Amino acid sequence: MRLVSLLAAVALVPASLAAYVYAAEPILARSGRGGKRAGARPWVWLAPTVALLGLFLVYPIVETAILAFRDARGQRFVGLENFARVFTDKAMLVVLRNNLAWLVFFTAGTLGLGLLIALLSDRVRWEPLAKASIFIPMAISFVAAGVIWRFMFEFRPAGEAQVGTVNAIASALIPGFEPKAWLFDKATNNPALIMVGIWMWTGFAMVILSAGLKGIPTELIEAARIDGAGEFQIFLRVILPLAAPTIAVVATTLMINVLKVFDIVYVMTNGALETEVIANRMYKELFNFRHFGRASALALLLLFAVAPVIVMNVKRYKEGSARHGSAR
Amino acid sequence: MAARDKRPSARRLASRAAINLILGAICVAWLVPTAGLLVSSLRPRELIALSGWWEAFRAPLRLTLDNYVNVLSRANMGASFVNSLVVAVPGTLIPMAIAAYAAYAFAWMDFKGKEWLYLVVVGLIAVPIQLTLIPVLRMFNALGVTGSFLAVWLAHAAYGLPFSIYLLRNFIGQLPPSMLESAFVDGASHPTVFFRLVLPTSLPAIASLGIFQFMWVWNDLLVSLIYLGGTPDVAPMTVTIANMVNSYGGGWEYLTAAAFVSMALPLVVFFSMQKYFIRGVLAGSVKE
Repeated sequence: MRLVSLLAAVALVPASLAAYVYAAEPILARSGRGGKRAGARPWVWLAPTVALLGLFLVYPIVETAILAFRDARGQRFVGLENFARVFTDKAMLVVLRNNLAWLVFFTAGTLGLGLLIALLSDRVRWEPLAKASIFIPMAISFVAAGVIWRFMFEFRPAGEAQVGTVNAIASALIPGFEPKAWLFDKATNNPALIMVGIWMWTGFAMVILSAGLKGIPTELIEAARIDGAGEFQIFLRVILPLAAPTIAVVATTLMINVLKVFDIVYVMTNGALETEVIANRMYKELFNFRHFGRASALALLLLFAVAPVIVMNVKRYKEGSARHGSAR
Repeated sequence: MAARDKRPSARRLASRAAINLILGAICVAWLVPTAGLLVSSLRPRELIALSGWWEAFRAPLRLTLDNYVNVLSRANMGASFVNSLVVAVPGTLIPMAIAAYAAYAFAWMDFKGKEWLYLVVVGLIAVPIQLTLIPVLRMFNALGVTGSFLAVWLAHAAYGLPFSIYLLRNFIGQLPPSMLESAFVDGASHPTVFFRLVLPTSLPAIASLGIFQFMWVWNDLLVSLIYLGGTPDVAPMTVTIANMVNSYGGGWEYLTAAAFVSMALPLVVFFSMQKYFIRGVLAGSVKE
């Protein structure tokens, strides 16, 4: 039954979409002109897009913005009550603190490690192998990564054989080390979760930064070397300024993604012991407390946080099209 | 003279060794978590709880596939694997087909409102899907499709569209105008040009995008969790594993094998099509 619906979807969707534009063509051809001037034709081709974007993105965003100012059931207008709660409630403040910690430490850690690995792998013969090993976590789900790292952080009381890799290594290396329950200790659980995020996303940062670094002309680096600059000087004075635009792009992408972080926390701690982040709190407001107003207010908070990036994307596109427009 | 020539090269040799050593250590650290899980999934149940996975290499070697057999037959993972496929394949095909039409219209047709409609698409790329969850869920509830594959297909299609359109438009817009114009002069219609000319020449871009979207949908938890409503018989693997973690906690004989079953397909896709995957990643972030 399931496979039948899969096969039906695979065969029918492309076929019916193809039939759709071919069927519309005679009607359009009779009333309009061919070539680039297309009359109503663009709207035929764009109709599925407009319908899906309108129904699942534009309308819901507007609706969420309205719900954020209403009560639990979305019926009564309550003004800024939901937002006031986000910024005063103790549990909510922990949520905001955690998101901020993710934003800062995840972004800095991923960017730093990605840059380091990109620089190092450029100088070894086994570059593809090194890159593949770092990139693998990017291909698996956050859920699988959560399981992997729960196993890494597994805790057994001192004296018992440690099953978790982290505790085993720490016990072997540090004399007198007491095994820790990393995910259940308020001092270490958030850093542990953020580390999992870094483990997953460093490959992404590395791939893009490495491509950016390879675009730097070797003559510039050679010239600096002949002038007597050391490797660190070259990195600071030549590589870093030239790679800055790429670094900025990677940083923005990382920040957009880390604001939405959900899966890692859901699988590893489910927000227990002060590890909750906005997306997980929103899920709880929605399904455990059934409060549409507060859940929507949290979602809107995410929108405010990414708004600068959205504006930047649109601006950059506008500038780009102004530059290329005449050429085409 | 000779000695002076030798010294920098000796220093260079040392620094090269240091670079290899540091990078090697980082790579090992990156691989150990996954390797540890893989080894554990192959150990008998009682040993997983008793000793660290690295002890598996000590004689006598005791490895088994029992955990995989158990998890596939008893813990609902077999059915979940099929569900993941049923979610991910149409969840990839639908948005790509629709995005290709839109990208073609944006690149090669002139119409009123094109500029602002495209700006909406670009603006939507960075919007967190959390903003849409509540209204869409209410809509699905009202229509009675919550918990059906149709609901997740449509949701994934819509969420994947802005980025897909952006990526494909960039590619399709760079095709040589002379190629399309000569086809139009020969009397070809828009559908013919699209299917015979544009689609075949865009295959590399479509492959990158397809792999990207497939991985995204296959690895997604949130969309399925919310719109499929946690019913076990439609749950994809991510949802099933998340439920297992919450109910078994430390049932490592199940979790290790289950996690690996869910990783198998993405890893095969990644290693066989690494080039396209990385091209997709690059195209997605190095804008312009």
